[in-house]
Amino acid sequence: MEAYLDNSATTRCCKEATDKMVELLTMDYGNPSSLHMKGVVAEKYINEAKKKIAKTLKCQEKELVFTSGGTESNNLAIIGSAMANHRAGKHIITTKVEHASVSNPVKYLEENGFEITYLGVDKDGIISLEELENAIREDTILVSIMQVNNEIGAVMPVEEAGKIIKKVNPNTLFHIDAIQSYGKMEIYPKNLNCDLLSVSGHKIHGPKGSGFLYIKDKTKIKPIIYGGGQQKGMRSGTENVPAIAGLGEAATEIYTDLDSKVDAMYALKAHFIEEATKIDGVTVNGRIGRDSAPHIVSVSIEGVRAEVILHTLEDKNIYVSAGSACSSNKPAISATLKSIGLSNNLLDSTVRFSFCVDTTMQEVDYAIEVMQDVIPKLQKYTRR
Amino acid sequence: MYKTFLIKYAEIAIKGKNRYVFEDALVKNIKYALKDVDGNFEVRKESGRVYVETEGDYDYDETVAALQRVFGIVGICPVELHEDEGFDKLAEAVVEHINNVYKDKNFTFKINARRARKNYPMTSMEINAAVGEKVLEAFPETRVDVHNPEVLINVEIRPMINIYSEELKGPGGMPLGTAGKAMLLLSGGIDSPVAGYMIAKRGVVLEATYFHAPPYTSERAKQKVIDLAKKVARYSGRINLHIVNFTDIQLEIYEKCPHDELTIIMRRYMMKIAEHFAKEGKCLGLITGESIGQVASQTMQSLAVTNEVCELPVYRPLIAMDKNDIIDISNKIDTYETSILPYEDCCTIFVAKHPVTKPNLNYIKKSERKLEDTIDALMAAAIETTEHIVVDAE
Repeated sequence: MEAYLDNSATTRCCKEATDKMVELLTMDYGNPSSLHMKGVVAEKYINEAKKKIAKTLKCQEKELVFTSGGTESNNLAIIGSAMANHRAGKHIITTKVEHASVSNPVKYLEENGFEITYLGVDKDGIISLEELENAIREDTILVSIMQVNNEIGAVMPVEEAGKIIKKVNPNTLFHIDAIQSYGKMEIYPKNLNCDLLSVSGHKIHGPKGSGFLYIKDKTKIKPIIYGGGQQKGMRSGTENVPAIAGLGEAATEIYTDLDSKVDAMYALKAHFIEEATKIDGVTVNGRIGRDSAPHIVSVSIEGVRAEVILHTLEDKNIYVSAGSACSSNKPAISATLKSIGLSNNLLDSTVRFSFCVDTTMQEVDYAIEVMQDVIPKLQKYTRR
Repeated sequence: MYKTFLIKYAEIAIKGKNRYVFEDALVKNIKYALKDVDGNFEVRKESGRVYVETEGDYDYDETVAALQRVFGIVGICPVELHEDEGFDKLAEAVVEHINNVYKDKNFTFKINARRARKNYPMTSMEINAAVGEKVLEAFPETRVDVHNPEVLINVEIRPMINIYSEELKGPGGMPLGTAGKAMLLLSGGIDSPVAGYMIAKRGVVLEATYFHAPPYTSERAKQKVIDLAKKVARYSGRINLHIVNFTDIQLEIYEKCPHDELTIIMRRYMMKIAEHFAKEGKCLGLITGESIGQVASQTMQSLAVTNEVCELPVYRPLIAMDKNDIIDISNKIDTYETSILPYEDCCTIFVAKHPVTKPNLNYIKKSERKLEDTIDALMAAAIETTEHIVVDAE
């Protein structure tokens, strides 16, 4: 049996998306900028995809810019808004637990004269709204907060955050990294008071190399890629039509009957946590109920290094992520795990299980069964 | 521009009656090295010389790079060959050679003529003087310096006239296959690929043994070692790589023996297993990347204790080298970047905080007695399940 439980790393591309993509790669392969018929047809596919995605967000089609994925969306949101608004101020607020595709662009701005406030999180990985409110200043041009943490599945109070931001400083832009939340919950940017929202295609059964940034109409932002002026100049480069169309299909697919899909994932999660925590030395990080993401479980295993359990499970065709990629030579301790105050001996003993709509109870049971068998054995050989 | 390379070799020339064995190996290895280079090459021996001749278009840089990996070559001279059409033509060819090769003519030079054909109408000294004069005439900014010339222009009267003035450095050493075979204990570190390279440089064909410990070491760590073997194989030729699953032996030692002796005992069993495959493959020795005092298991006491299990001689080419010098070589042979990839190897996973640095052989043997009941079966299983792969240069 195989259990792919690393769906927060990437998902399998759904059939609707792949079928569409094959068609566009082989038949309707035109360049949307071409004046002839082939170009017109290609452009039509882009508009269709936009329509589909706009429907899931209840936003306008013109508020969507297609990118090469989550990393580019986050870069465009952060660097693009900083470049456009630096005269109004050079203060940016973000959190200590962001994904590298947010924290590194922010660090780049910090090295180039911007001032950054990093919000801390509590033991569940959640920011304090009070701390946020106090951090916002007159010269704060951007607040960037992830909706769902990719390592422990913590859900940030973005709706409340949006209200606070706009109350304290209506000119401050609000960016939400929705890469782990899109397709797992209803997200309406208008209700969240957010100006920018990043999404990645391959996390929702769309193709790799696809994604978009929602940019609220009239938001002041500059492109980060310059060239032929495609997508109204906001993102030059020939549109990746097959990937965009595939993303459109995947978005429609994932939001069809979303509630029952989410319920099923919560059921998997609850069952998994209940059984896993029965194993000696196994604990789960962060919240575990419906106030956490339905698809992510962060598990710490006392006395077993993450890489070792990962390879042991891999040997049984169970695929997970190491919570904190780490080796004896180069400790790269996860900022998230450190921020939630995980004890030092568990930092390097944490793995992430992540589910998707295709994950079955059998897969979860199989993983549990294997864990019950191997964890006690591995714990015997702890590094002394 | 050049159609021919003159290959210079040093030590081979001393080898007396065996000389042809070494030369033939060199020719064979050069042919092999040029196999994947764009172009048509002919490699031939002629009166104590080895020439590489090209036909049609070829990639000069790639050719030189390939030749620079062939052990036994000391120098590579790109040569112009001309038909003997009298002295005037010869002098003209030298002038043209200088014109083509040296943009800035402001240098000192010496003509170094040699006659393999002694019936040539001029003596070497006469050729030197006459050609030198023509060069000075053509390029007034050049000067003659017979003691320390910046450019030495060789003119050799063979069946053809050979003209060359550049000598690119070869790797030195002895042609591969002229010295037998040895088993390299290859880890993912910096040292062992360098050790393998250095022994191969003396003409020794390599086999290699790698120990991994899944799930404690990853598939990527194993791939890293295969990649390292590929890099070494660019010099050493094909390597038979034996990949031993060492997990069970390691866990057994970990469970039963004092923790501070783990590494040293582990290394003794690694040596035994490597020696098993060495003997099976008719290797004449083992090779390790050990260097005195580098880590706890490489003190002189530790080396003595590990050495004690081996019947075959253990060659340790890095024994007296400093880490920085080893790193220099690993950079030169392009293994460094791969070696420093941060994957855990089986030497580091259970390592004690304070391993013994001065192990006593009697104590170690006493500890090993605790393994008596199980170790033979575990060793047999490890040997049985060993994966054997053939690694070619990439």
